Amino acid sequence: MERIPILRIGTYLLVTIQVDMHDQLALTLQTDLTDRIAEVGARGVLIDISALEIVDSYIGRTLANIASMARVLDAATVVVGMQPAVAITLVELGMTLPGIHTAMDVDSGMQFLRRSVRDAEDPDDWRRNSTEE
Amino acid sequence: MIGAGIVLKSETVPIQTSGDVVLVRQRVRACAVEHRFTIVEQTKIVTAASELARNTLEHGLGGSVDLEVLKDGGRLGIRLRFQDRGPGIANIALALTDGYSSGKGLGLGLGGSKRLVHEFEIESSPSAGATVTVVRWK
Ligand SMILES: Nc1ncnc2c1ncn2[C@@H]1O[C@H](COP(=O)(O)OP(=O)(O)OP(=O)(O)O)[C@@H](O)[C@H]1O
Ligand SMILES: [Mg+2]
Repeated sequence: MERIPILRIGTYLLVTIQVDMHDQLALTLQTDLTDRIAEVGARGVLIDISALEIVDSYIGRTLANIASMARVLDAATVVVGMQPAVAITLVELGMTLPGIHTAMDVDSGMQFLRRSVRDAEDPDDWRRNSTEE
Repeated sequence: MIGAGIVLKSETVPIQTSGDVVLVRQRVRACAVEHRFTIVEQTKIVTAASELARNTLEHGLGGSVDLEVLKDGGRLGIRLRFQDRGPGIANIALALTDGYSSGKGLGLGLGGSKRLVHEFEIESSPSAGATVTVVRWK
């Protein structure tokens, strides 16, 4: 069966969507990712959609589902590289991608994931910092 | 039917599997690229096509789309006519409402694709199925 590869780097999972996904492939990615998060105890998931020429309601819903399942499994999700035309179209379509963090590129996406993992592991950090000031 | 002018080109793409929905996206994209629609215009018409093709497959139990290039005086347009022989759309106003889905969708496909095009028409009857036609001008 056709599958989108999932790369693991430490506690992060990386996915680059390079094909025009049919609905079943998107659904397979959703279950594969959820399985992998649980299996390796991943703390962050980065999905690179810079090669995607459209995001319709089905793909949008798949991304939202991945993010909410990851959240339940204590992993943060970031979607990176959305093309401007795709973002404009999504708004007009009425999809707001609730609960999904987006970033310009892989670098800023990784920065976001590292920050959210660090904050989760050290929840008192911000309080300590602010009282010291 | 909506859309004015003469038909420069016409092709029909069947919609029977989710692979066909991908094919519809690709054919519409190729047509919009060939006729020099901007990236944003391409993305809008392809996204609308994806939503309507999926509706044809899932709610209309399969059908086809006629993809046509229109020339009306100085302007160029793409007309897409999705036809199926399914149950039809009993309450069109309700179906167009954002958030309404008879299944487990988000209910954004129909209302959303209407916003992504310039002209939009639904014809429907329980005996003949649904036909959704859209036009996007350049
Ligand atoms: N070709 C069709 N034949 C019969 N009913 C249709 C057809 N297209 C749409 N509908 C009806 O209109 C409703 C709204 O369609 P719409 O595309 O907005 O939402 P959806 O397909 O249910 O979910 P989404 O597209 O967001 O995944 C559908 O749930 C269905 O009841
Ligand atoms: Mg739909």
